[in-house]
This record gives sequence, structure tokens and C-alpha cells, in this order.
Amino acid sequence: MWQYEKKLQYPVKIKTPNAKLAKVIISQLGGPDGELSASLRYLNQRYVMPYSEVKGLLTDIGTEELAHVEMISAILYQLTKDLTIDEIKESGFDTYFVDHTTGIYPVAASGAPFTATYFQSKGDIITDLHENLAAEQKARTTYDNILRLADDPDVRDSIKFLRQREIVHYQRFGEALRLTTDRLNSRNFYACNPAFDKNCPKKR
Amino acid sequence: MNPQSLLMKKIMQYDFTLKELNLYLDTHPNCRRALAMFQKFRKLREDAVREYNEKFGPITPEQNINAQRWQWVDAPFPWEV
Repeated sequence: MWQYEKKLQYPVKIKTPNAKLAKVIISQLGGPDGELSASLRYLNQRYVMPYSEVKGLLTDIGTEELAHVEMISAILYQLTKDLTIDEIKESGFDTYFVDHTTGIYPVAASGAPFTATYFQSKGDIITDLHENLAAEQKARTTYDNILRLADDPDVRDSIKFLRQREIVHYQRFGEALRLTTDRLNSRNFYACNPAFDKNCPKKR
Repeated sequence: MNPQSLLMKKIMQYDFTLKELNLYLDTHPNCRRALAMFQKFRKLREDAVREYNEKFGPITPEQNINAQRWQWVDAPFPWEV
């Protein structure tokens, strides 16, 4: 189960609305390498993990990603608050506005709605951990690109925090992969899938 | 910064430290140094949250200690600056 805490993981305090910037940052909510797909990826993968450290890590990172969904949503809410109709038209935010007004809805920057095809849950610990390592790097690149597009220091501060978390998660997933291969036959890690095959032979 | 925001900032800092240690301990469950740090910050957080609840209200619904008013709905939500 989960419990909500009425606070953000890291502050989001944006003084100047900027709909154009919201249009690109929204990709980290509903885009292919966004926080929503990150959270769903880890929270779905964790059930069949054969090792308790990895079950714990996926639960705890998946939970942190939910806090990142909230931070991105707070950024979007503050960037699109008190906009005039002229600002909405000029910024190009009108194509989102027509369907959602200023409500928060998970889409990619291109406008494509969120889809579960952005992530995989393969039921194989080595495969899933490699997917997660790649996902953290893809999200890091997206944050790097957002930092190339954003000048506002208030926005940059929160985005830099989120970028840094991708690097920490990558590090932890790398350790989870090492814990996994340490327990498998070092001559052939793929000899069996410890999440499915019975009597998976231990390290030789 | 007002006293409420200051105490909230402290809680957020403790929570961040605890989260970092939590993820680290998931892959290093026998690290005595990290375990000791976790205990230290767990206690600091506990005291800060208790003080926050008494002075300013709940951070989670079950921390509502006021018998006159459901204060959970009073404080602004965290995306509102």
C-alpha cells in the first residue's frame, strides 16, 4: 500500500509562467522516457524478482518516481498558471489547451498520449535490469535537453535535482545487476531465468 | 522564510537523506555505517514531524490530532506556491 505525504520531494517554486517551456517539460510526465513510465515499469516488474534486495530496490525507486511525477506536474501547473489567451495562442500551448484547458494530462511533447508501450516488464531479472539501466540514461538525456532549452533558474533548479536522481538510480540498478550475476553461473548468466526456471543452478 | 516553511524544509532534507540511505541499503544491506546514519536521521525526522504536527498540522491524514477540525484539508497542497 501507499501513503501520501503532503509535500514535494524537492521544492518547485516558479515565479514566471511559461507555456512554451511547459510544452516540452510535459514529456517527462507522459513521454517515452518520463517519470510515469519509470514508476509503472519498476512497480510492475518487482513481483517476480527472485532476490529480495531487487524487490526492495524496485519498490523504493518506483515509489520515488511517483514523487517525481508529482514534481513534474507541479512544474507544469506553475508554468501554466494565470496565462492570458494571447499568451496561450503565441506560445503554441493552444493545441494542448483545446483538449485539456490547463489540466494536467500525460502526453509527450509531440502531443502523443501516454501509453504502456513505453515500458516493458519481461519477467527476466537480467533483461528487466538492463531495461531499467537504459531507461535511467534516456531520462537523464531528456533532462539534459530540457536544461538546454530552459533559461528560468527556478525551473532549472528543480530539473537539475530530477536529473541527478536518474544518475543515482542508474548506480543502484548497476549494483542490483551485480548482486544478480554474483548468484548465477558465471560461465553463462543466461543458462536459466531465476525468475521462472525451477532449480536454477547456483554459481559454479 | 516563515517558521512553518523552515521546519518543512528541515523535514524534506531529512527525508531526502533517508531516501538516499534507503536505496543504498537495498543493495548494501550489511553496511553498518549507512545503518548508523539511517538511525540518526530517522530520529531527527521523527522529532521534526512531531513538532510540525503539533504546531502546523498533519503531513499525512492520520497525523490529524485536532478534535475540532479536520485540518488535513486546510493547508495548501504542495504544488501551490
